[in-house]
Amino acid sequence: MRRLSHIRLHICTQGFVATLALIGVAGTQAAANESVTVVSWGGSYAEACKKAVLDPFTDETSIEVRLESYNGGLAQIRAQVETGNVHWDVVDLEFADLARGCDEGLFEVIDIDELPPAPDGTPARDDYFEGTYSECGGGGIFYSTVYAYNNESFTGQRPSTIEDFFDLEKFPGRRGMRRTAAANLEFALLADGVSPEEIYAVLNTPEGVRRAFSKLDTIKEHIVWWEAGAQPPQMLADQEVVMSTAYNGRIFNAQVLEQQPFTIVWDGQVLDYGQFAIVAGTPNLEAARSYLLFASRVENMAAIGHYIAYSPTRRSGIDLISTHHETGVEMRPHMPSAPENMGRVVRNNWEWWSDHGEEMNERFSAWLSR
Amino acid sequence: MQSAPHVEFRGVSKTYDGRTMVVQDLDLRVQEGEFFTLLGPSGSGKTTCLMMLAGFEAPSSGEIRLSGRSVQHLPPRKRGIGVVFQNYALFPHMTVRRNLAFPLEVRGISAASRRQRIRQALEVVRLDGFEDRRPAELSGGQQQRVAIARALVFNPSLVLMDEPLGALDRRLREEMQFEIRRMQQDLGVTVVYVTHDQQEAMAMSSRVAVFHRGHIQQVAAPETLYEEPEREFVASFIGDNNMLRGHVRRAERDFCDVETPGGTVRAFPVHHCRPGDSSVLAIRPERVSLTKPGVYTNEFEAVVEDIMFIGDHLRLRLNLCGNPNFVVKVQNIIGHSAVLAGDRVRVGWSVMDCRALPDEEGAGGSALLTTRAAPLRSSPGDAAGVPGSDRAAVPPSTQAV
Amino acid sequence: MALSLAAARVRAAALTLPLVAFIGVTFLAPLGLMLARSVHEPLVADSLPDTLAMLNNWDGVALPSEDVFEVLGRELLSLHQQRSLGGVATRVNRLESGMRSAVVRTARQLRDADPGSWREAMIAAAPIWNEPKAWRAIQRAGERYTLRHFLHALDLERDTAGNVVAQPPDQRIYLSLLGRTLMVSVVITVICLILGYPVAYLIANSPPSRSNLLLLLVLVPFWTSLLVRTTSWIVLLQNQGVINDLLVAVGLTTEEGRIPMIYNMTGTLVAMTQILLPFMVLPLYAVMRTIAPSQMRAAAALGASFPQAFIRVYWPQTLPGIAAGSLLVFILSIGYYITPALVGGRTGQLISNLIAYHMQQSLNWGLAAALGAILLVCVVLLFLLFNRLVGVERMRFT
Repeated sequence: MRRLSHIRLHICTQGFVATLALIGVAGTQAAANESVTVVSWGGSYAEACKKAVLDPFTDETSIEVRLESYNGGLAQIRAQVETGNVHWDVVDLEFADLARGCDEGLFEVIDIDELPPAPDGTPARDDYFEGTYSECGGGGIFYSTVYAYNNESFTGQRPSTIEDFFDLEKFPGRRGMRRTAAANLEFALLADGVSPEEIYAVLNTPEGVRRAFSKLDTIKEHIVWWEAGAQPPQMLADQEVVMSTAYNGRIFNAQVLEQQPFTIVWDGQVLDYGQFAIVAGTPNLEAARSYLLFASRVENMAAIGHYIAYSPTRRSGIDLISTHHETGVEMRPHMPSAPENMGRVVRNNWEWWSDHGEEMNERFSAWLSR
Repeated sequence: MQSAPHVEFRGVSKTYDGRTMVVQDLDLRVQEGEFFTLLGPSGSGKTTCLMMLAGFEAPSSGEIRLSGRSVQHLPPRKRGIGVVFQNYALFPHMTVRRNLAFPLEVRGISAASRRQRIRQALEVVRLDGFEDRRPAELSGGQQQRVAIARALVFNPSLVLMDEPLGALDRRLREEMQFEIRRMQQDLGVTVVYVTHDQQEAMAMSSRVAVFHRGHIQQVAAPETLYEEPEREFVASFIGDNNMLRGHVRRAERDFCDVETPGGTVRAFPVHHCRPGDSSVLAIRPERVSLTKPGVYTNEFEAVVEDIMFIGDHLRLRLNLCGNPNFVVKVQNIIGHSAVLAGDRVRVGWSVMDCRALPDEEGAGGSALLTTRAAPLRSSPGDAAGVPGSDRAAVPPSTQAV
Repeated sequence: MALSLAAARVRAAALTLPLVAFIGVTFLAPLGLMLARSVHEPLVADSLPDTLAMLNNWDGVALPSEDVFEVLGRELLSLHQQRSLGGVATRVNRLESGMRSAVVRTARQLRDADPGSWREAMIAAAPIWNEPKAWRAIQRAGERYTLRHFLHALDLERDTAGNVVAQPPDQRIYLSLLGRTLMVSVVITVICLILGYPVAYLIANSPPSRSNLLLLLVLVPFWTSLLVRTTSWIVLLQNQGVINDLLVAVGLTTEEGRIPMIYNMTGTLVAMTQILLPFMVLPLYAVMRTIAPSQMRAAAALGASFPQAFIRVYWPQTLPGIAAGSLLVFILSIGYYITPALVGGRTGQLISNLIAYHMQQSLNWGLAAALGAILLVCVVLLFLLFNRLVGVERMRFT
């Protein structure tokens, strides 16, 4: 309807312009029939993306957005690109996968200078936090792997440090951990007394890796392994485990939306970030690009933080964090980047992981099955 | 104990569902060294009797004795009976030698003794040299011989054979009939043999029990069965017989007069009969002669409907005394071959060749298709109340092979 | 006459061509291509031809000369500009962890500034270029035809001198997993046989009405979705599941003593046995149906007790069915991966789960292909062994 009124307006003014406008409208009409498929992580995070970015994008451009979910990794993207049968247009990726896929040519290159500047005019290049953008990426959030517990599982003393997660004597019971090497090795070394800054230097040595695994050995028999981000809140709610590693946003949503009596232990959090990227060779390149640019606007990046506790990776976005859209909870203290949560933080070294991920996962599998 | 029969059935009944009696109240005695045949159409209960004797089925009531000893609680393997199955039941994965060794090995007989017995058994069935063949490499007749050898090799005194020649072709079957008979006589074993082939039963047996609908109709030597059938079923099942139905008009000690749709026939009463009884007359085709008037007590004239030239004899089909398929078998001698279809002939037979039996079948051949659900009579010889006995007017048929 | 016969034969053979073509296109070709990946990895060889040519003359000990640095630097640079550096970096990284970032960082920094000395610039970007192991990694990754995936799949590697040696103990996984997979497959096959044999016997020796019903009961799970069945097992076996609840309710175990029956080897065994049981029952049933009841009667009449008759007469005749069923179950369980992935937990994983991991996650298709080839060899060897013992022409599958 809005579009129709535009047409009338233009026709009223000038025939020449009207003709142009009609052509233009024809163009946007075609765009309206277009759609773009965005693939993200599912669960409450995908829900947040949809409300914060996908729906406003459709409102603004009339481009339909189809949301699909996946469990990470490059395999499906690689298969699509190599067979030339691309049906995912935009994918939400962990930074390590993004960087790796970008090097392999799986994603379209985005010039950082094309991304919208901050509201105050600071170019995107300077607005992004150091190292949080890739030459293939757009948008971007910080998220964190933390551990959380159900208050009802503890009557007396409650865990408060990463060491407590590995302390079976003080806090007996089963623990949930993600079935992968990433983050778990970091947690293990932290709990074994390695300082956050030295984690990857230690992991770079064979002894360091052994040290991490032998720390994991101490609780191995008490671990329940999870794979999807939605599992840990469920396991905590069922008291299938007394504590579990988890993505902070999932725990936040359980706390705020479902009033679950969960507590996040921020000590030793592994801070990571991710971005959107466009799959190389997509037939909907234009629509995908306009989506990516839309998702890179600071206000849209920050809007995700109205729904889930993930904060934007642009400096100007931090100030835009406000309250939860539904409950009005102040979001700032729930963000991984909040100063009070940044006591002991491991910044995920995606480069180390893309160098050693395969080897570590192989060793992890070997260790698991032993 | 010596006087006890080798096999004895005492009032044996068998039912699978509690209602239908497959075998009912059966009594039977088989003497040592007999070749005893259970003969009957399929479903008459003869195989069930054999299976009960072997121990694969248990009687629902009654008792089976072997040499005077009840085998009620004896499993098959302890009865010491050799069994030859219809399909031979040779073990396909074993050679002939291993098949024969099997009963010896499970009895713990020494290897040397085994070898000797196997050789002997194979000699008996004339299969020496085939020890290392597998059953699949033998012909049907050879497999049959192996089955027999296997049933004999552990020297049982009793051997059961269940339609052992059913799968063989005619020529081989006749050859094997002699063979089996010869072996039985050579070894002196008792054989209980099941067949539905009355010729086979006649050729091989010392005595035959004719089964029909779970009852034994008659037990007798083959000649007796043929010459002196005591029941309508036996008369129709064994050999050819012309059956004429009618009612007894007059009953004397030595003869009775039976009124048939074509006239009164004088016959020999097998059982005591009274005027008014339904009766069926059995006359063998070869005992009927073409005759001049005044030679026989029973003489009739009829038109020859059909002639069949067999070779050594001719078969004339007449419509006589209510039987449209009355067959006369005449020797192919000079004079007789001049008879043509459509000729009017005079036939006659003697009183002794015409046996008056109680009418049990009524509607004739159709009753031969035994239906288990049909009510069974409890006392043989009593013709009263038999279904169909009041329908004697329905034309019976000649029992032709 | 002979000619027309030959022509007829050719025509008959031509009729099978569509099937041959179908199998070729949909099965043999993909299989061949996949297996070829296990030994053929041309990417690095095609991407760095000049560097590899120069490294041919390298002694493997000293650092290569400035020319080699320059040739490699230029090749990396051009790959980076073509955006195809990632694949090369990943492959080299598999031979020397850390090479991925070294390669990428080097190319990125060379792009930003044209170096005076390539050697210094590259070592500045990534110190690892100062070590011969980096160059050895490039050299080995450049082998167009390689056995390293097979070595890797057998927990072996080459040391710096090129000798084949065992991997360090904490990195060995494939052999023990292959052994576990074979073991589990044997156990499942045996359990299926023990459970399936009496069922097949019962079906084969029941009157038709009852045997049809029993057969239906065997087949219904067969027609049910694999995921549904596996999920049902989770519902039944999990810690808070039906069986544990029952055990606690009856008092056989306590609330704390709930028995872990899923997400471990027990779960894998239970679920896979149930799923594969029909593949054992059906061939057994097919064989048993052909064994006349008179066989056992004959054995009994000949004086054999039931055990004797069974062992010497019945069992040997069911061997073709046992062989067929066991082969089916064994081969299927060797390659099973969905069920162990869902209910296997930590200790119930099989080799196929790692093949899937390398196909889908690590994207190391060469290694996946090598593992697959080893599995295939196991299956073929087994088949040949069965053929020797039983004879394939005697096996009965239906």
